[in-house]
Amino acid sequence: MLNGISINYYILLSTVLFIIGAVGVMARRNSIIIFMCIELMLNAVNLLLVAFSTLHNDASGQVFVFFVMAVAAAEVAVGLAILSMIYRNIKTIDTDLLSNLKN
Amino acid sequence: MKGLFIVSGLGILAMLAEIFKVKKVLLPMVLLGILGAYVANFMEWNNSLNIAAFGNMIAFDKVAIAFSGVILATAFFWFIMANDYFENDTNVTDHFALVLFALTGALMLTAFKNMTTLFLGVEIMSIPLYVLAASRKKNLASNEAGFKYLIMGSFASGFLLFGIALIYGATGSFDLMEIRAKISGTAPGMMPMFFYVGVVLLLIAMCFKVSAAPFHFWAPDVYQGSPTVITALMSTVVKTAAFAAILRLFLIGFGGVSELWTVILAGVIALSLVIANFSAAMQTNVKRMLAYSSISHAAFMLMVILANVRSNATLGALLYYSLAYSIGSIAGFAVVYNVTKKGDESFEAFNGLGKRNPFLAACMTIAMLSLAGIPVTAGFFAKYFVFTNMIGTHYKWLLILAVLTSAVGVYYYFKVIIAMYFKPAATEEPVASEMSVNMVILITSAITLVLGLVPGFVVDMFAF
Repeated sequence: MLNGISINYYILLSTVLFIIGAVGVMARRNSIIIFMCIELMLNAVNLLLVAFSTLHNDASGQVFVFFVMAVAAAEVAVGLAILSMIYRNIKTIDTDLLSNLKN
Repeated sequence: MKGLFIVSGLGILAMLAEIFKVKKVLLPMVLLGILGAYVANFMEWNNSLNIAAFGNMIAFDKVAIAFSGVILATAFFWFIMANDYFENDTNVTDHFALVLFALTGALMLTAFKNMTTLFLGVEIMSIPLYVLAASRKKNLASNEAGFKYLIMGSFASGFLLFGIALIYGATGSFDLMEIRAKISGTAPGMMPMFFYVGVVLLLIAMCFKVSAAPFHFWAPDVYQGSPTVITALMSTVVKTAAFAAILRLFLIGFGGVSELWTVILAGVIALSLVIANFSAAMQTNVKRMLAYSSISHAAFMLMVILANVRSNATLGALLYYSLAYSIGSIAGFAVVYNVTKKGDESFEAFNGLGKRNPFLAACMTIAMLSLAGIPVTAGFFAKYFVFTNMIGTHYKWLLILAVLTSAVGVYYYFKVIIAMYFKPAATEEPVASEMSVNMVILITSAITLVLGLVPGFVVDMFAF
C-alpha cells in the first residue's frame, strides 16, 4: 500500500501508459510523434520504478530512474540529429516515405 | 576489468586525436590499445573470481574474460579493415571514438552483475551504433538504416526497462545474484504474476537485440543500408556481446524459472531457423543475404542457451560458435567490402571474381564454407557442438529442423561461390584491394581453418 492506494493500481496505470506508447510507435507515421511515444514508454517505466521503490522502501529504484532519464535524453538527441539529417535530404519526416530498402 | 578501462580511455584519446592533429598515429594507437586491453584481460584469468567493481555491479569472471577476448580480437581485425574505409574521411577520429565507446558497452554486457549495468551496457553499445549506421549523411539508404535502427532499438529498450522494473517490483533488487536467490527461495510458480511477465519482456527485448525472429524485421534493412564496415561490426561484436548477456541473464539470473522461458525460446528458434534460411535463399543483395544468415546463426547460438543447464561444455560451445562466426564474418564482410566498393551489392558483383582476384575469391570461399558449416572449417565444428549439446535435451524436433534448414543454408552460401567461379564476369577488370585489408582477410581465413583443425583449444577453455 502506497498512501492508501494498492500497488496494483500503479502497475495498471504504468502498463496502460506503456501500451499506449508501444501502440503509438507502431501505428503513427510522423517521426516526432514516434519519438514522443517512445518517451511515453520510458516514462511509464519510470513511474513503475518509483512506485516499487517506495513500496520496497529501497532507494535503488529511484537511482535507476536517473539512469533511464539520462539515457533517454541521449537517445532522443541522436534521434533528432538523424531526423534533421533526413529532413535535409528528402524534406519530410513521414516514415511512409522512408522505405527504400527492399530486396 | 582493466580491459574495460583501457577501451573506454582509448575512446576519449581517439576524440582528442582530432584536436591535437595526430591523426596519423590514430590507427597504431587504437590497435596497440586493443592489444593491451586483450592482454590485460587475460592476465586476470587466474584471479578472476576476486575481481568485482562498482558495488559488485560488474564482475569479470572467466566467462566474461573469454567473451571479451572474442570481442576484442574481432575488433582488432575490424579496425584494420575499417581504417581503409574511413581513411579519406574528415572525421575518422569521431568514427573510431564511437566504435570504441560501443566496444565499452559490449564489454560491460559480458560482465554485468546487476540490471543497471545490463541496461547501461545495452545503451552504451547501441547509441553509438545508431550514429554509425546513419554516418553516410547524403546517402538516403544509410539515413533510413540509422533511423530504423534507432526506433527499433529504443522500442526494444522500452521492453527491456519494463521487464527490469517488473522484476525489481517482484524481487526488490536489481542484483542478479539476489534475484536468483529470491527465485530459488520461493516455491515454483509462487512469484507474483508480473514477475513472469517481466522475464518474458526481457526475453523479447534480448531477441530484438540479437534479431531473432519474429523480432528480426529491422535487421535486413539496417544491415543493407549501413556502410558495409558498420554492418560487419553489427553482425560480429554486437551479436557476441548480446549472447554473452543472454547467457548471464537467463542462465544465472533466471535459471530457476527456466520452464517458462525455454518454451518461448524454442518457438523463437524454430521461427528464426525457418524464416531466416528461406528468406536468405530468395535475396539478390549480398548484404541482405548475410543479414538473414546472421539471423539463422543467432538461432543456433540461442539453441546452445536452450540446451544448457549451465555445464562447462555448453559454455565452451557458445564461445566457440561466437568466435567461429565472428572471425568467419569478418573475413566474409572484408571481401564483400572490397567487391562492392563501386556500389553494386547484388550477387552479380561477384561474377568471375575467381579470375578478377583469385585471392579474394579463395578467402571468400573459406568464409562461406565456414558459415555454411562444411567440414574442416570452424563453422562445421561450431554446428557440431550445438548438435551434440542439443541431443541430450527433449527438444530433438528442433535439432531435426536445424539440420534441414542448414541444408537450405548451403544453397545460398554456394550461390556466392558459384558466382565467383562459374559465372562469366561483365568486365575482366581486376578487383583492387589494399594490402592491409588483404592481411586481415588472410589472417581471419587462416584462423577459420586452424580453429576447424584444433577445435578443442577453445572448447576446453572452461574445462576446469
